[in-house]
Order: sequence, then structure tokens, then C-alpha cells
Amino acid sequence: MEYEEAKQLIVEQLTKKLKTKSKFYFNDLSKILDMKPRDAKKIVNKLVEDGVLEYWSSGSTSMYGMPGTGKQAHSEGED
Amino acid sequence: MAKHETPMLDQLESGPWPSFVSDLKQEAEKRAKNAAGVEFQIPQDAVEDLLGVLELSYKHGRTHWKHGGIVGVFGYGGGVIGRYCDQPQMFPGVAHFHTLRINQPGGKFYTTKYLRELCDLWDFRGSGITNMHGSTGDIIFLGTTTPQLEEIFYELTHKYNQDLGGSGSNLRTPADCIGQARCEYACYDTQALCYDLTNEYQDELHRPAFPYKFKFKFDGCPNCCVASIARSDLSFIGTWKDDIKIDQAAVQAYIGGEIAPNAGAHSGRDWGKFDIQKEVINLCPTGCMAMDGKTLKINNRECTRCMHCINVMPRALHIGDERGVSILAGAKAPILDGAQMGTLIVPFIEVEPPYTKIKEEVIEPIWDWWMEEGKNRERLGELMKRQGLQKLIEVLGVDPDPRMVQEPRSNPYIFWKEDEVPGGWDRDINEFRKYHQR
Ligand code: SF4
Ligand code: SF4
Repeated sequence: MEYEEAKQLIVEQLTKKLKTKSKFYFNDLSKILDMKPRDAKKIVNKLVEDGVLEYWSSGSTSMYGMPGTGKQAHSEGED
Repeated sequence: MAKHETPMLDQLESGPWPSFVSDLKQEAEKRAKNAAGVEFQIPQDAVEDLLGVLELSYKHGRTHWKHGGIVGVFGYGGGVIGRYCDQPQMFPGVAHFHTLRINQPGGKFYTTKYLRELCDLWDFRGSGITNMHGSTGDIIFLGTTTPQLEEIFYELTHKYNQDLGGSGSNLRTPADCIGQARCEYACYDTQALCYDLTNEYQDELHRPAFPYKFKFKFDGCPNCCVASIARSDLSFIGTWKDDIKIDQAAVQAYIGGEIAPNAGAHSGRDWGKFDIQKEVINLCPTGCMAMDGKTLKINNRECTRCMHCINVMPRALHIGDERGVSILAGAKAPILDGAQMGTLIVPFIEVEPPYTKIKEEVIEPIWDWWMEEGKNRERLGELMKRQGLQKLIEVLGVDPDPRMVQEPRSNPYIFWKEDEVPGGWDRDINEFRKYHQR
């Protein structure tokens, strides 16, 4: 899958799910891309580099989200 | 005069042990006086507010930190942990109080100059509070604000040649024992392997894509000074294949009292004369040692390299010459399933740079499996339990080995597959009935 195509797919799918959640596990992303984790990682890394995705971390776990979406409050289940 | 009243914290100082509360108060006072004239980049009273919020948490029996956050330095998904206080008006000094993990130098060797530089940087751009060392081994910087993160990262990497460590769902900062640098028990160069793998797996360390955390730890021998067997997903423990080397004259010197056992470590009290039978031979877990007249004999085939005899008589006994590592997988400290020790998956492998076999035949196949099959927040050890050791053996392409069995019935892995059985699952029922009634 080309990078641009992958980017579009990720943005589209994550936007769709925004109503229910704003943070995603890496696995969710590789499932959307329908790729093996190692290949998906190359694309996800680039998406972060380009500012399409950003990291969220609790310290023990990491998740991904789109910048500006969701609030800190999300993790407390208030939205 | 303290900014906040902290009666509950004060109580923690009353016991006989050193108290982190006293440490924090000391740091708060130091920042208030600022004798060194530091131009603090985060609130000067951050530590006062930290004491305040902790007191409040004790009062409420609940934390006043929010859960996680979106901070990091550019391009890194680990090494910074966002911490935000949920009472920022009451405690503005700790409204942001992010943690940084600094990759500790191999074997935790560093100079006092280096340590001073780190502390100066942290006094200037952070709270001044550190934790030496975190459980993965990192040097932990506790408490700074978002605008300081890139500044600190720049100074660390450009001035001190120092990287951040791991956090979140990635490879955590690899940790090793002091190894061959100072320890004669080291069966391989732990620092060389730790350093090499840290460099090789930079992407895994800084860009999270694993289901959960993953830890490597390197112990030069089974004494396990970094506790790899209990605390790392992949544990590298030095071992040897040939015989323990025995210097019989030195054995006699221990027996005769000329050399202190355990290198004199137990000399604080009078334990009586050293008794090799009681203190060494009878304590050998496999019962493979014996005195034959004046000669100490070891049946090396039975020895499990527990290190006991070598620890007691280091001048008489020495690790063998054919050295390498055993690799164990799946240890973790509890969250979901309780504590778990590592399971032996590679009984012996040589440790020679560039470590290609270790990387390509052990580490990477395990990661591929775990990344595909692991559930979110599932550690390798939990996946091993869920899918079975047999699956891991298949992934690694190694043959089952009796040494992988912890004890009978605890981790059985023999489930025959059809193509492994002569004739498969089909059988001639008439032939079978000749020997077995209905
Ligand atoms: S683990 Fe073994 S080799 Fe490493 S420092 Fe401890 S005793 Fe020495
Ligand atoms: S290392 Fe342990 S098992 Fe081996 S001979 Fe010494 S005491 Fe016995």
C-alpha cells in the first residue's frame, strides 16, 4: 500500500471511530492497514513524523491518536 | 516554614529508616534558599507542591495525578511520561510534572562528573528530584513542564552524549550487570551485548509498536545481579558447558581456614570454623559434590550452575571455559496474572559479536510472533501461557529439550501433530481390535 493511500485510510477510519474513542492501540492501526505489524510500523512511524498521528502514553502502555482529538478527560471516561 | 502542612507525611519520618519525605523536604529547602543561584526553569516551589499533593492524596486515599498524557520529544514515543495534577490551582508547581527516563550507562558505570552534570541540568530545568535507578535501571528525572522537554533532550543528546530510555509499549532500556568489567564470574561480556542490542534496536526502543512493554536483561552468570530471570521478557544468563575448574590446594586452604569463605562477606560474626561439608557440599542443590579424601569432586553432568559453591570458595572454584548464555523467556512482575519466572528456551548459545544468531534466530522471531498474536497489554509470558510453550518452540524452530521442562506436568509441550506420527491419525480398526476389546 502506498503511503498516501495508507494515510487516507487511517484518517478516515479513526475519524469514523472518534465518537467512541480517540486513542488506539498499535494493533488497531495494523488491522486497519491490514498489514503485518512490522510493515505497518514503517507507515505508522511516518504518520507520527508527519504529525498525522501522535503518541499517548500512560507510562506502561502506548497508544496513538490524531492531534487535537479527544481530551485528557477521555481517559477518565468523561466523554 | 513549609508551604503546606503535611502531618501525615511527617509521620513517615518517625520510623528508623531513611525517609523519602525527609529527602523531599531537604530538596524543597535547597530550592527555596537557592545558594547556587540557579535560574529555575520550572516553579521554584515545585517540591513543596509535590509534598502538598501527596499529603492530599493520603488524606483522600486517592491519587491526584491524571492518567498519562501526550508528551514526548519529537520522533520519540517513549522516554517521557506525561504527568498532570488534577488540582493545578492548589498545586501550581506540579500542574505539569512529567517524568523523563534516561538510558543508564552499561552496568551503571558513570563518573561523578557525569552525575553532577545530569544533576545540574535537572536542577536547572526540572524539579531536582531523581530516582537512581528505576526498575528497568534508568536514571529517572521526576517532574518537569512540557516546554522543558525538548530543551532537556537537546542538552542530553548534544552535550552529554546521552539518550532517553524506553517507556510505554516498546523495548525498555536494556539493563546489564557489571560483567567482565569487574566480575570474574561473567561468562560473557554483558556490556558489549547490551550496548550492541541497544543500538541495533533503536527503533523498538523509541517508537512503540509492541502489544506492551518488553524487557531485555543481561546477567553474566546465574547469580543474576540484575534479576533477569524474574524481571525480563528475554533474560540472558551467562553459563558454561564444560567443568567447573577446581584448584585443590585452594580448597584445602579454605578448609584449613587460610582463606575466608565468601571472600569474608560473613566475617561480622563468629560462625565457627568453616565446614565444607555443611556449608558447601550439603547445600549443593543437585547433590553432585563430594570429598574423596582430600580431593573435592564435582559430577558436572548433574551441576545446574547454581553458583553456590563458587560463591563460597571463589579462589578454589571457577566457571568453566566453554562459555555462552542461556536464554529464558516470559518473566514478568505482576499485573494481570501474578509474578512469573522466565522459562528456558535456549539452553546454550555462544555470545560472539555481531550476535547475528541471537538477533535473527531468537529475538526477532519472538517479536514477530508476539506482535502478531499478542493481545493489547499482553506480555510475552502471558502469550506463552495462552498459546503454550510448544507454539514458541515452533516459532523458534528449535527442538523440544528436557531442560525446557520446569517440572513434570507444569509446562508440558508434547502434543503430536498428524504429520509427526507414522501413519498419521488414520488407523486400521481391525488391526487395532486384534489387541483391544471394545
Ligand atoms: S550476574 Fe554474575 S557476572 Fe554479573 S555481576 Fe553478578 S556475579 Fe558477576
Ligand atoms: S554450582 Fe551449584 S549445582 Fe553446581 S556443583 Fe556448585 S553447588 Fe552444586
